[in-house]
Amino acid sequence: MGFAAGPIGGFPVFTSEVFMSRQRKAVALISGGLDSMLAARLIQEQGIHVEGINFFTGFCVEGHTHAIRKKDQSRPKRNNALWVAEQLGIKLHIIDVVEEYKDVLLNPKHGYGANMNPCLDCKGFMVRKAHEWMQENDFDFIITGEVVGQRPMSQRKDTMPVVARESGAEDRLLRPLCAKLLPPTLPEREGWVDREKLLDISGRSRKRQMELARQFGIQDYAQPAGGCCFLTDETYSRRLVDLWQARNERDYQLDDVMLLKVGRHIRPNPRFKLIVGREEGENRFLEGYRKQFIHLHPESHTGPLVLLDGQPDEEDLELAARITARFSKGRNAPRVTVAVTDRDGETRRLEVPPLPAHELPESWYV
Amino acid sequence: MTTHRLDARRLLCPMPVIRTQNKVAELAPGDRLEVLCTDPGAKADIPAWCRINGHRVIEIRERGNEIVLLIEVGDGA
Repeated sequence: MGFAAGPIGGFPVFTSEVFMSRQRKAVALISGGLDSMLAARLIQEQGIHVEGINFFTGFCVEGHTHAIRKKDQSRPKRNNALWVAEQLGIKLHIIDVVEEYKDVLLNPKHGYGANMNPCLDCKGFMVRKAHEWMQENDFDFIITGEVVGQRPMSQRKDTMPVVARESGAEDRLLRPLCAKLLPPTLPEREGWVDREKLLDISGRSRKRQMELARQFGIQDYAQPAGGCCFLTDETYSRRLVDLWQARNERDYQLDDVMLLKVGRHIRPNPRFKLIVGREEGENRFLEGYRKQFIHLHPESHTGPLVLLDGQPDEEDLELAARITARFSKGRNAPRVTVAVTDRDGETRRLEVPPLPAHELPESWYV
Repeated sequence: MTTHRLDARRLLCPMPVIRTQNKVAELAPGDRLEVLCTDPGAKADIPAWCRINGHRVIEIRERGNEIVLLIEVGDGA
């Protein structure tokens, strides 16, 4: 555009603003996985200004567990959403939705998937939050890495319009990876993006995404789609339901959510549950919660830190000490001294025989 | 130029990043923010967040289990 070069010899300045429509802006849901990365990249290719948004629900696999367990510490610690944003050269806005997310998880209108995963409500919630952000920040549309037929609940041809509708995003929600299989959205109809350059990926195969990654020169991306949320994990879901049953209340705090990810969880009876650190990294993590729980620790032998969640009676404490001893180096010793500290920091010592393996039934493991 | 402080100890990633992001949003370009954290993940994540959002990490110090990051707020470009 020759006129836009600058003020020469008194000619008026024609900025691109005057001649061309303004640059459109899209906010991309960035999970840290490959699909949302590719979706954002496709839209960047079309000259759209893209910024990323990432939601922290507390159930993200991202980060925590890697930081906690010692055996995982050899892996590079990085937040994949941040890494993706850096690779794409876009800004990333991370939003804490821990409180608001409770309603999504506790009262999902569309129910749960195979475990405690409210995928459809969750996607609707995240797109709704992205839509609010879009309006507040004067962006034009939203993009996601969704693929028709990829997820059994939230990414089906019949549920994708549900997400668009219930989020309020309507036709400002564009799924670049499968757009050609869906009706044209506003950005396509207005010509902000060229529908012809969008894709028609469907199904659970990752082949085309991996091919596209190669084309874009993207290596070292984080693996599986859908594997980024603890709520799709069977053990985790069982622990969450157990927590609600024991407390007689469907509610949780961020600390609960974190603790369900760590250690062995053993519930001998409805009054209490033990969280037993499995190695040094977990013990150190659990130490951070000592003041909120009754905790046990073997003194005569090396052993784990154990948090006790619940309202134990005297016999329960004795049993808790015996279980703690069972997971110490003194498991074959006749007696182990276990320090039991209550929430006020008062410590007393119990000398107990470690619980033999056959007295610790599999059914106690949550 | 003012130096502000943020205590993000005991928080696990990405919470230290989120707190840093929200605090930086209240500050002016050139201001400095000292973030105190304990999650080792913050050593990678906070600098990554700074790079993509145009802020500068001036210093990362470790003392015992604590990590101190000193950030200079950029102009948001």
